[in-house]
Parts: sequence; C-alpha cells; structure tokens
Amino acid sequence: MNTIKLSINGKEVEVAEGATVLDAAKALGIEIPTLCHHPSLKPSGQCRVCAVEIEGQRGLPEACATPAVDGMVVMTATDRVMEFRREVLSGILAEHPRECPGCDSNQNCELQNLIEGLGIDRPYVAPTVKEKEVLADNPFFRRDYNLCIKCGRCVRMCHEFRGASVVVMKEVEGIQEVGTPLDLPLPEAGCQFCAACVDVCPVGALALLPREFEAEAQEIGSSLPGNQARFLKDFYRGGARKEIVKSICPYCGVGCQMIFEKQDGRIVQVLPDPEGPANLGQACVKGRFGIAEFVQHPGRLTKPLIRENGEFRDAEWDEALDLVAEKLKGYKPEEIGVVASAKVTNEENYVIMKLTRGLLRTNSIDHCARL
Amino acid sequence: MTNSIADIQEAKSLLVIGSNTSATHPVIATRVRRAVMDGARLVVANPIEIPITKYATLHLRQTPGSDIALLMGLCRVLLDEGIYDKEYVEARCENFDEFKESLKEYDLDFVEKHTGVPAEKVVEAARVLAANRPGALLYAMGITQHTHGTDNVMATANLQMLLGNVGKAGGGVNPLRGQNNVQGACDMGALPNVFTGYQPVTDENVRKKFAAAWDVDEDMPGEIGLTIPKMFQGMADGSLKAMYLVGENPMLSDPDIKHVEENLKKLEFLVVQDIFPTESTPYAHVILPAAASMEKEGTFTNTERRVQKLNKVLEPAGESKPDWWITAEIAKRMGGTTFDYESADDILKEINKLTPSYTGITPERLAGGDAPQWPCPEEGHPGTPILHTAQFARGKGFLVPISYKGPAEMPDEEYPLVLTTTRSLFHYHTGTMTRKSDGLNTIHPENVVLMHPNTAQELELQDGEMVKVSSRRGHIDIKLAVSPTIGEGVVAMNFHFAEAPANMLTNPVLDPVSSIPEYKACAVRVEKAA
Repeated sequence: MNTIKLSINGKEVEVAEGATVLDAAKALGIEIPTLCHHPSLKPSGQCRVCAVEIEGQRGLPEACATPAVDGMVVMTATDRVMEFRREVLSGILAEHPRECPGCDSNQNCELQNLIEGLGIDRPYVAPTVKEKEVLADNPFFRRDYNLCIKCGRCVRMCHEFRGASVVVMKEVEGIQEVGTPLDLPLPEAGCQFCAACVDVCPVGALALLPREFEAEAQEIGSSLPGNQARFLKDFYRGGARKEIVKSICPYCGVGCQMIFEKQDGRIVQVLPDPEGPANLGQACVKGRFGIAEFVQHPGRLTKPLIRENGEFRDAEWDEALDLVAEKLKGYKPEEIGVVASAKVTNEENYVIMKLTRGLLRTNSIDHCARL
Repeated sequence: MTNSIADIQEAKSLLVIGSNTSATHPVIATRVRRAVMDGARLVVANPIEIPITKYATLHLRQTPGSDIALLMGLCRVLLDEGIYDKEYVEARCENFDEFKESLKEYDLDFVEKHTGVPAEKVVEAARVLAANRPGALLYAMGITQHTHGTDNVMATANLQMLLGNVGKAGGGVNPLRGQNNVQGACDMGALPNVFTGYQPVTDENVRKKFAAAWDVDEDMPGEIGLTIPKMFQGMADGSLKAMYLVGENPMLSDPDIKHVEENLKKLEFLVVQDIFPTESTPYAHVILPAAASMEKEGTFTNTERRVQKLNKVLEPAGESKPDWWITAEIAKRMGGTTFDYESADDILKEINKLTPSYTGITPERLAGGDAPQWPCPEEGHPGTPILHTAQFARGKGFLVPISYKGPAEMPDEEYPLVLTTTRSLFHYHTGTMTRKSDGLNTIHPENVVLMHPNTAQELELQDGEMVKVSSRRGHIDIKLAVSPTIGEGVVAMNFHFAEAPANMLTNPVLDPVSSIPEYKACAVRVEKAA
C-alpha cells in the first residue's frame, strides 16, 4: 500500500493512502476536537468543529473529511482556527438549553467537553427555540430534540450502518431538524430499537429510559423545585455503585459481546461492547433490552421439583439427583434419549455428551440444531 | 460459516437466500448494509419482501420450497452464458461433466414455472453475481428446513464453486447459525453420529480414545444414535422410555405439537433441566433448575466458529446450578469416575486434549482476551477465519448433480395455500426468554398471519380480523395482516407465540439425511374464525 507523508504542526507523519487529516493527526497524538465525527461512521463534515488550516488552501477545511495528501502542511491550533471553532460552538450553544444539571448526559457530554477544551470566552445568547415535546413513544429510549445539536450521527447510524433509515434529517420552516418521516412514532416508522442512535448521540438528546435508581431519584425529585430535582438526579447517578462485567449475549449465533452494568447485584443496563470481535459495538433490541428481564424474572425455576401424584413438590438437590441417577440406571441404552442444548455452553454440552456416551452407553443424543 | 462475519464487508456481491437477516441476525445485517454502502451488489431471494430488500439490487421472490430450481437455474445461466469461473472450476473442483448434464432439467421455463421468479430476473441475478466477485452467499433456515434441505445446501455450494467464491475473503458459503451456541453444541458432539470436533462414533479408534480418557468400558456403541424427531417416533412406538431434556421446549419448537404432547405423555421418565417452566415441563417427572447464561462461566462458539468466553455477571437465581454441575452430579451418582470438575475451565482443558480443532483454544488464552476461530489445532495457532483456502476438506470441490424436489405437501383444493414459518426481530425461538420482557412484548405483542391483498380479497378476508388457519395436523386462530410484501397464495407466521402456535400446523416430514422437519412449506386453508 502507498503511504503519504505530511506535516502537522511542524511534525512529519507517514500514513496509509486513504487516511484523513484527522487520522494523521491522531497518529501523531495531536488532538483535533470533533463533534459530528464518529469512528463507526463515514465522515460528514457537518459540524465544522474540526476545521484546520492547510497551507495553500483557502478557508478552513474539515480534518475529518479531508484526505491526507503528500506534502500537505497542516496547522491544527492557530489563532484563526481556534477563533473559528469558538464561533461554530457559539452557534450550536445559541440553540442549546443551558440546564446541564439533571440532563441524562451531564458529565458525560461531548458538547460539555468541547466547551471545556475550547474555552468559550464570550457571552452567548440564551436559546430562543421553542420547547419541543419530549418523545417517549417506545419502551426503550426517549428523544428530546430540544437538546439536539443536528450533528447527524443518529441519522447516519440508522441509514449507513443499520440500514433501517428510520430517522432522517429534514427541513421544517427553513430549519434543519432530526425526526421520522411525517413525524411517525418510532414503532410505526419501522424502528428496530437497536438503540445504536442513542449510543452515538454526543449530547442528551437521545437517552435510554431511566434505570431503576434514576426512576427513584425522579420520584423524589418530582416534589422539589426544578433545579434541586436536577441536582438530586445527578447526585443519584454519581453515587450509583456501578460494576461492569463483559460477557456474551445469549440470543442468536452472532455472539455479540456485551457490557453488563450491575448495581446492588442486579443488571441495570446492557450495552454493546465496541471491542466485541463479532459485533464491534453493535447489538440488537433483544440483546440490549431483552436479557436483564428474563434472567432476573421472578418466574425462574429456583428449586428442584419432583412430580408425585400428578403434582410437583419442592425437593433438595441430593434427593432429585439421586432419583434421576437411579431411574436412568434402570433403562437399557436403546430406551433412553438425551436432548442437549444449543443454549448452554460448550463445556456443558461436552459433559452431557460424556454422560450419554460414557455412562448411558447410547449415541441417541441430539439438540435443536434442526429447529 | 466458511468465512468470518467481518469478511462480509469484503464482498463485491451478496446473495442472501432463506434468511431474514435483519430479524434473525441483526448485527450481521449491519455488515451486509455496510458492504452495500461500499458498493457491493445485494441479491435477496426470499418469498417475503424482507427489510433488507430495501437496498437490494434484485429481489427474487421464490415460492417456498422451490430453492433447488432457483439455485440450479442460476448455475445453468452461468454455464449457458459462459460466465462461470472456469479457471477455479478446473483447478479446484471435480465432477463437472456430470453436474453439467444434471443442469439440463433446469431451463428458464422450468425455473420460472417452479419458483414463480420471472426468467429475466434469474438471468440478471446470475449476471450480477458473476460480474461482482468475490461474492458471499448467506443462508439460514429458509434453506435447511425442507425435506430437501440437504440438497438445497449442496445447491448453494455448487453455485459458489461455479462462481469461484469459496476459500476467498469476501466469499464463502455462510450458514447463519440460529442459537447462540448451536455451533458449539455440534462441535461438542451433541449429535447422534459424532464425538467432539466431528470425530465419528463409527470409528473404533475414536471410541477407544474417548473411553480411555473417560475411564469407561471400551465397548461404547458404534452405531449412530437417534435424532430428536426419531426419538419422538421411538416414544410413539414405546421403544424409547426415558428422556433427559436440557434447555429445550419441544412443545413449541417441534412440528405437529399435538403428536409431541401425546408422545411426551407416554414417557415413563422425563427429566427436564431448564431456567423456566415451559410448555414442556408439565410432562416432566423431575425438573432441575439451571443457572442462566449470565449466571455462569464457560464458552460459546458463534456462527463464524469463534470461541468466546462467557463471564459470570450474576449469582445463580435461587438454588439453580450451572448445567455442567448438574450433569456431572448425575454422572457421579451413576458411577462416573471422571466427572470431578471444579470449574468450566477444567472441562475445557479436557476438551482441548480430546478435540484436534479445539486444541489451541485453552482457558488461559481465552482469559487473555483472545477469541480464536476453529480449527485451532495447537497452542499459539492463530485460528482459521476462512475455510477451504488452499483446498476443500475432501480435496477437490465436488459439484453435485441434483434433481428437482419441491415440498412434500403441495397445495390442493382442500388446503390451497402454502404456509411458511418466520421469526421476529423482537422475539426468540419459543419465547421462553423474550416473552418475559415487557418492552419486547409491547413492541410485538401478538402473532399474525401475513397474506397478499389479492389472496385476502379472493377469500373475502379483512386486514386485522381473526382467521382460522388449518392444516392436516391441526388449526389455530390468529389475526390476519394483509400486506403486498408476501406473494399471492403464500402465507407466513412466526412460531414464537404459544397463543397461536405455528407448529400446530407444520408438517413433521423430515429431510432423509439431516432429519430436519419441513417448517418452511406446508399446505393450509385460511377462513374466517368461527
């Protein structure tokens, strides 16, 4: 593969053909702020926050969408660039509500990080946009387009990556807005509820519905005046003792690696792991929203049961296991069938197979591969 | 899969046949989408206009059960137009002449007659696939769940060999495995004919190897055992009297439920090991509570043969125990002397020793974050992302002559429509897990039967009304959904719902080789519900 040599802030760097100026800067460890850019998505150059100066080029091209070229001389943090970025940011902030405390993304917000990084040194006007209704048309996440900064990440994720094309960028009375065609509720618009849009939202516009502990904060907060309720919610979130375990989704054969967030011994949230080799940060509605409930369901079998006179009664493990072993010993190999499971682990299938062939002395073992 | 999931993005063309990918393997569908975004041409062959047809170059809407005609028809066009990969076929395949002879049957009239796909679309599809190589073929149960499922699979392989698409990045014959660990269950020998890593039970040396490792008598049986459908036949005739059933729910998943129930009742002793009471547990004599996936350690093998570590997230519910512990306890009580495992890792070490394709997939390696794809024959082996790169497992690729077979049960006057079973994005198999989720049930609360507007009009049925669907096996009441996404004369429904179980209707007739039931095509009648 051909390589390209260019200079960024006076440092030479060599990158593969096809790399962008942003990639080249990253290779040098130079940070260029971004907002609409996301590593999973194709560059769009929509927000202009990553503007840089390139010798011999007019204007300030976007680092995320400009291919690196041999001999290019790039400057990423000149006064002109910084001033331009602050101007872009002021434009976004002019339409963004100011009440960060209590926002689902407070302290975990790319817009906040950007303000901190760039240092807004001017007064900016309060937003004049009218309140939009918060949309909660499904059981999994809500959309608050008052907080939307129109970066287009959710639209690109839905279209380019998931192929669902449910959320679109549209123009309403001359203003760009994100939404569904004809403002249809998500279930009617064909949404697959993979929530990949929520994952890529840089602000709090898209957020998963409150987890258990947040619901509690919300309930207590409802009797408090606005700002206090917001601070209470943040306090709860900050105090949540979260434990994280990575494991594999138990649904289909793709084998998505998921991040399980636990609190007080219960799963509170399940997120796709960007490091999962099979899923690279993607998942589906079942994996995200359909694991915690069944695993923690009150209807689980929790005790061995033995049927007597047509009724099931609780039994201790020893009694149940002795009974099974004794009964199975009483049959000839050809009278026994064993059904293993495509839902249990390799190790478990192996032990079932070993019991069947080694002790029950039959090859009549199968599982639901055909169903 | 012969290839990897990531590899799909390298494809220049994709043929997705018998798979509603965005419902059953949503994350693989995202790879298909990415490939198309990068310029790959997508051909979808499915009786229903499934969501991914939205970005397909072509949608071939074949009649359920006519796949052999479609696939062999595509092969015939490649040969007739001289656009197959001659070099590849010459170098890597055999039996070309006999194969070519068998294609005589499949002229375009024949193909159009059986599949309902216009001849010019078949020709166009063949040209698209030939002009955009390498191409990946993805399939799922729409190919396998037929009385001629084995022939269907061989037909997909024929097509990919003619196109020179096997053993290459971006190519392959890629079955998308349904259950999270169906690949692993097969790999571990939970099949009537093989030990782990597909070592045949008919091989005396293999049996001796396992008997020695397990410290059991050498004379383990060498004849192939019963498949699930054959076990049920055994229950029916009284020859099979006891069953140990782990994590399965035949009362909803198996064809012809009425007979399943009668047979389960006949068992003298049934042990069910599961995480929930299911439609099948009432027939058990002993129920053993198992820990769920999130409550234990172990490994799963995904559809691309990748072995991944399952980590324990929660403590087991109540007194439930991991399945390996339960089975090992039963074994010990039956006199087993080599079942003293302290962890899943202990078991994996034993698997490493006895299974050539898993030798290098050790607990240490998985703990280090690696997730290799088998075959991984020794420690330090990188794993095998693509199979058959230099040669096929058998040496040369065998082009299989296949004569046409349709479904076992064709529509007639009494049962004039074809029923095919489908799956939903929001539910999973028999619903044991997903039907417990409020969110998923809110989005997809009930089963419907899908029907073309013209068919509905002929039958004087309205969208949304309750209808009665009957087959020779039974009948169910279900809501009608009228939609042009399905062909005329065909109806489709999910099988996840116990309230309207599709498998009351399905035909328990089996593929003679694989014993797979024909879920994808049976004859039914639809009328207003009483």
